[in-house]
Amino acid sequence: MSSATHVRYELLRSLRNPLMFGLSIVLPLVVYYAVASGNRHAFVYAAGVSFPLYFMTGMAAYGAMFAAIGPGGRLARDRARGWTRQLRITPLRARTDYLAKVLAAYLVALPALVLVFLAGATLGVRLDAAQWFEMTGLLLIGLVPFVLMGLILGHLIATDALVQVMGWLVVFFALFGGAFGSLFNKGAMLTVVKLLPSYWLVHAGEAALVHGDWPAEGWIVLACWTAALIPLAVFAYRHDTSIV
Amino acid sequence: MTAVSAECAGIRATGLTKSYGSVQAVRGIDLDIPPGETVALLGPNGAGKTTTIDMVLGLRRPDAGTVTVFGVPPASAVRSGSIGGMLQTGSLPDFLRVRELVSLVASYYPHPLSVDDVLQITGMEDLAGRRTTKLSGGQVQRVRFATALVGNTDLLVLDEPTAGIDVEGRHEFWQVMRGLASQGKTVVFATHYLEEADAFSDRIMLMAHGRIVADGPATEIKAKVGSRSVRATLPGVDLPSLRALPGVTNVERHGDAVILSCSDADAALPALFARFPEVRDVEAIGGSLEEAFLELTATDNDPRPEEAAE
Repeated sequence: MSSATHVRYELLRSLRNPLMFGLSIVLPLVVYYAVASGNRHAFVYAAGVSFPLYFMTGMAAYGAMFAAIGPGGRLARDRARGWTRQLRITPLRARTDYLAKVLAAYLVALPALVLVFLAGATLGVRLDAAQWFEMTGLLLIGLVPFVLMGLILGHLIATDALVQVMGWLVVFFALFGGAFGSLFNKGAMLTVVKLLPSYWLVHAGEAALVHGDWPAEGWIVLACWTAALIPLAVFAYRHDTSIV
Repeated sequence: MTAVSAECAGIRATGLTKSYGSVQAVRGIDLDIPPGETVALLGPNGAGKTTTIDMVLGLRRPDAGTVTVFGVPPASAVRSGSIGGMLQTGSLPDFLRVRELVSLVASYYPHPLSVDDVLQITGMEDLAGRRTTKLSGGQVQRVRFATALVGNTDLLVLDEPTAGIDVEGRHEFWQVMRGLASQGKTVVFATHYLEEADAFSDRIMLMAHGRIVADGPATEIKAKVGSRSVRATLPGVDLPSLRALPGVTNVERHGDAVILSCSDADAALPALFARFPEVRDVEAIGGSLEEAFLELTATDNDPRPEEAAE
C-alpha cells in the first residue's frame, strides 16, 4: 500500500486538466506580462512597493488560488462518476486521499507561484533571498482556506455547476483582495476587504518587503477563516459519505 | 441451505432488512456463503440484489440484521483489502490512462496482481495507453472489472458485471471468472440472466421482492425455475396424489383449477391424463427457462410475498 502512488496520480490529474493548468499557470503569467511590462516603473500606494512587485504577488495569488481549489473540482467529478463510491470499497483511507489532494494542490500552486516570480524578476522585481522565501511561505499558508473551500464545494455541489461556482469564487476573492490592483486604499471598504483571506495573499509580497511579515490582523483573519472552514469541511465530508 | 461448518466464515448475514422511505427493498435476508463458493444472486430488477450487495460491501447500513465478511464487519474487511468489488453503475475518473488507473487501484491493496496480467485477462492490453474518458461502454466495463480484480482479494463482489458487454465479451468475462473461482476465490455476483447464473455459479440464490425465494445448487434452481407449468381444471382433487405424479415438483390449487410445477412436463402430462381421466382445460404455461423464471419471480402485485418462499 503506497500512498506515494496516489499522490502522484492526483498531481498528474491536476496537471493534465487543461482548464486548471490554464487558469492556475498560464493565465496569471500572460496577464502579468501584459499588464506589468507597461508599468514597470510605476509604484503603488505604499512607498517602496513597485507595481511589478505588487502585481506579481497579485497574479501569483490568483493562479495559486485556482491551484488550491482544483482538487475540490476533481472530487466533485469523481463523485458524479460514482468513482468515490468505488474508492470506498478499496482499502484507500479517506485521510490518505485528503492528504494527497492537499499535497497535489500545493504541488501545482508552488510552480504557479514560482513562474510568476520569475516573470517578476525579468521585469525588475528585486528581493533578497529571505524575502523571496518569506513571500512564498506566506502565500502557501494563505492558501489553506482555499484548499478547504475546494474540498467543501467538491463534497456539496453537483459537478456541472461547480466549475462556474469555483471560477466566480476565485475571481471574487482575487478582485476584492486586490489581485488586479488595489480597489480600496482607505476607509470602511478597506477594513472590509482586509477580512478576506485573499487580501493577505495579495499583500504577501508587500508584507515580506516592507514589514517582514503580515501584521497580526492578517494572521487572525486567516486563522478565523481556517477555523470556520475546518468544521464545514468535516460536515461536508460526513454529509457526502454517510452510510445510510 | 447449504450446510456450512462453524469455522467457515465467508459472508454471513442474518435478518437483513432495508427500506427506502416506504419501499421495502430487502425484507429479511440470511446469507451463509462459505469461502471458495461462487454464488449468483439471481432476480429481476427491483428484487433487492443491489441493496443486498451494498450492505455486504458496507456501503449501506441495514435497518436491521447483521452482516460479516470473513468474520469481521464489512468496513474492516474492506480496509484490510479482502474485498474487491464492481458496483452496478459508475464510470472512471478522468485525466488518467487505463494502465495508470489499474496501477493506481493496485497500489491500494497489500498483495495486488500484476497490472500487465490483469490488463491481459480483461482484454485491455491494447487499450492500456488510452484515456479513461475515450472508451466505449463495454471497454469501461472491462476496466471496471480490471480494477475489481487487481486487488487480488479473497472475495469478489460483482453487481451485474456483464451489463453493457456484448455477447463475445460476456463469454471472455466468464472464462476469467471461472479461472478465479478455480483458484479458491469467493465470488458473489448479481445477474438477471438465468443462463449466466446457471453456467457460472455453484449456487443460485433467487431473489424476488426483497427476499430469497430459492437457494440451492444451480442445477436444482434451474429445475425449479426452468420447468414448465401445467394448468388444468380438476375440481376437488386430492393435492398429494397430484404431487405424486412423475415429473411434478409442486402443486397449487386456485379454485377448481390446479397448477402443476413440473421438472419434466413430458412425463407429467401423460401421467396426469392416465390418473385423472376427468381432467379438463389442460394447458402448458411457459416454454422457455426465461419465461418460467419470470413466472416465478414477477409477482409484483402479490400482496403475500411469503407464499413465494415455498
